[in-house]
Amino acid sequence: MRLKSLLMATALGLGLGLGLGGGLQAKELKFAFQGTLNSLDPYNLNETFHLGFQGNIYEGLIRRGADLTIEPALAERWEVMEPTRWRFHLRKGVKFHDGSPFTADDVVFSADRSRAEGSDVKTRIAADTKVVKIDDHTVDFITSKPNPIIHVEWGTWYIMSKAWAEKNNAVSPQKLSGNEENFATRHANGTGPFKLVSHESGVKTVAEVNPDWWDNPNKEHNVTKVTFTPIGSDATRVAALLSGQVDMAFPIPVQDQKRVAGNADTRMLIGPELRTIFLGFDQYSDELIYGNVKGKNPFKDKRVRQAFYQAVDIEAIKKKVMRGLSEPSALMIAPSLTAIKDDRFKRHAYDPAKAKALLAEAGYPNGFETAMDCPNDRYVNDEAICQAVVSMLAKVGVKISLLAQPKAKYFPKVLAPNLDVSFYLLGWTPGSLDSWNVLHNLHGCPRVSDSAAVWNKADRDKIGRGKFNLGGYCNPEVDALTDQILSETDPGKRNAMIEAAYAKSIGDIAYVPLHQQALAWGVRGGIELAQRADNQFAWRHVQVK
Amino acid sequence: MIALVIRRVFQSFVVMLVVALLAFTLFRYVGDPVAMMVGQETSLEERAQLRETLGLNDPVPLQFANFVWNTVQGKLGISYQIGRPVADLISERLPATLELSLIAALYSLIVGIPMGIYTALHPSRFLSKVFLTTSLIGISLPTFLIGILLILLFGVHLGWLPTFGRGEVTDLGWWTTGLLSTTGWQSVLMPAFTLGMFQLTLIMRLVRSEMLEVLRTDYIKFARARGLANRAVNFGHALKNTLVPVITITGLQVGSIIAFAIITETVFQWPGMGLLFLQAIQFVDIPIMAAYLVLIALFFVIINLVVDILYHVVDPRLRIEAQNAHG
Repeated sequence: MRLKSLLMATALGLGLGLGLGGGLQAKELKFAFQGTLNSLDPYNLNETFHLGFQGNIYEGLIRRGADLTIEPALAERWEVMEPTRWRFHLRKGVKFHDGSPFTADDVVFSADRSRAEGSDVKTRIAADTKVVKIDDHTVDFITSKPNPIIHVEWGTWYIMSKAWAEKNNAVSPQKLSGNEENFATRHANGTGPFKLVSHESGVKTVAEVNPDWWDNPNKEHNVTKVTFTPIGSDATRVAALLSGQVDMAFPIPVQDQKRVAGNADTRMLIGPELRTIFLGFDQYSDELIYGNVKGKNPFKDKRVRQAFYQAVDIEAIKKKVMRGLSEPSALMIAPSLTAIKDDRFKRHAYDPAKAKALLAEAGYPNGFETAMDCPNDRYVNDEAICQAVVSMLAKVGVKISLLAQPKAKYFPKVLAPNLDVSFYLLGWTPGSLDSWNVLHNLHGCPRVSDSAAVWNKADRDKIGRGKFNLGGYCNPEVDALTDQILSETDPGKRNAMIEAAYAKSIGDIAYVPLHQQALAWGVRGGIELAQRADNQFAWRHVQVK
Repeated sequence: MIALVIRRVFQSFVVMLVVALLAFTLFRYVGDPVAMMVGQETSLEERAQLRETLGLNDPVPLQFANFVWNTVQGKLGISYQIGRPVADLISERLPATLELSLIAALYSLIVGIPMGIYTALHPSRFLSKVFLTTSLIGISLPTFLIGILLILLFGVHLGWLPTFGRGEVTDLGWWTTGLLSTTGWQSVLMPAFTLGMFQLTLIMRLVRSEMLEVLRTDYIKFARARGLANRAVNFGHALKNTLVPVITITGLQVGSIIAFAIITETVFQWPGMGLLFLQAIQFVDIPIMAAYLVLIALFFVIINLVVDILYHVVDPRLRIEAQNAHG
């Protein structure tokens, strides 16, 4: 990829040089996305599109390449002095867009600001991590426990200028009460390849190339101006791409992909996304909130969970619902994010007869009734997947009433502290692109101490481990492994532990993983770009012809 | 007259309060704003805190009282999602919506009235039948479908018109307008046509039936008996008397054009208030939703008030009735 784009850049550079006498041409990139870009404050919202957009204007100490490998960015290099002390050597000569120099003070300031009240990226640096300036271009991070992956999430922890924030009264992130607008909401001052020109939320955002970017000698892109328009309506977004008014649009809905691919001047870029879609069960309640089984909880029985697993025909979902655009998965994390070999874990085969037998064995020869919660505007074809699951389970005798609703209603219902759910569909992308996040959030036992009850009503607001383990899956061995994975610094040993933890939870049938959905970007001819698997659109890989 | 205005203003105020109350009751069923405001990694404790800070845990009557009190003082709050004062956001988006609505209303009048007259004067001509049939389509097809069909035909297939947005916009300081640039005019054509389609049909049918009615009256027969030219009878006498109800209806329809612009704005990504409102619903951005609904109610109330007053100015009978009621 890298080599290809480099070659292309060279070829293009030559072409330009020969054909146009070296004249610099304006190369504008216009793109559309489904959602709006609200605040420009890089600490305001921990969300993929928001952070991905800002990654073109702001930069972190590290950055992710087109294939998501960690590359040095504002930090030239780093070393682990001792397991709890990391030293980052900052790049010299870097300037913010307003011309002020980038120094260690900005890093210390950004660490404080990202952990201040109102920030949504507090998890980037643990609250008890000390950030110490050694000299103008050296910063130490001192953690209370060894942490081998301290920097992996820093691709989206952007460094802000201390002087700029202080001058404009933007030292802390936007407060949600009151009537004051934070300066950083509509202004940006990063070190990145592009500078903000104007931002009207919900209307359009314009950026131009930064001629003083530190990495310009190695730049791959030839874009001089970028215009972003949010287009919420699917049909309008596709029409804008087909009519050539935008050069790139995403996501393209499944039903329109053939049209975009079939059109002479546009093409589809399809790639596996990192998000895993899965089914979860309430495995901690003594009786299901929704169901006709009284006095016991059928999902506590592993045979019932396995019956559900084997009753779901994942190939049919892939073919009919996703139109081929999904990758069925046996793991709760995208395989590309682990060192686990592809054939190490396999899905339980689709086998309705076996599912029926398992249900009978568990004491439900005629099945039982329950309800399923499902979002209808969050994941690709989420409601249709749920409908398919419901009808597949009906074939083995389980009668499910489906409640599919918008995410604004769905999440408050199913997430803690309400947990008003028995059986559900959810998707998960680990922000750190690492398994610890998946094990901790989805597999950790949600209780405050070993003796406390799982999801004890009084403690629900205090739960850290297993915050998104809505079904209350609980295996102390997995928890013990998860803790070791957090502090193990040897990669080989760490990978072995990760594999062991997944082996246990998969053996328990903690969840029914379904698939990784596909990224669907529509691109016009004459535009070359790199599609990142985390669905972030980095303009520094774009070539406009 | 002054007593009437005062009475109407008081009634309007009550209407506004009821709208605000209804809106507030609805917000409880839209969803939880906090779930939309934070990313997945925000802790449950912080979520609970945020809910408390925003006052979402207060009892609804208290939230409502706070909202009314702040609105009266002109404090519309700050958007949960965008992080900017709602008053600024709405005043930025207002010109786009008003411009679109105004053009749609003008277009429906300029095209609708002549079509109505034509179909009334020549009921059996072929063109009249064409007008009436197409107007059926205008009434029965939903707005978003007309919009999408137009986009496909003129935007994608023929490539004549832009498929979304407002084109190049000129900032006059207190107002932004797209009407000073070619792309602005190109952009407004399809949305205005879509938005005005229903009104056009309505006006055409209204003019037609009113005109047919008037043409049957005695004074038209007498006018013809006096030997006046067709032109003088049709346009001088009949049309004049037809237009009184048309003007009333049009005035009232302006309010619904502004309110119905939501759908058209979404289809054409027209950056007006309706789009802002729809985006706000998806994110449960209560301050924007509340302000928008109250503002739309205010438009309706003002338009009704003006129409009421105009009635009294135009129609002498109402003035006499009012005096009798007092006497």
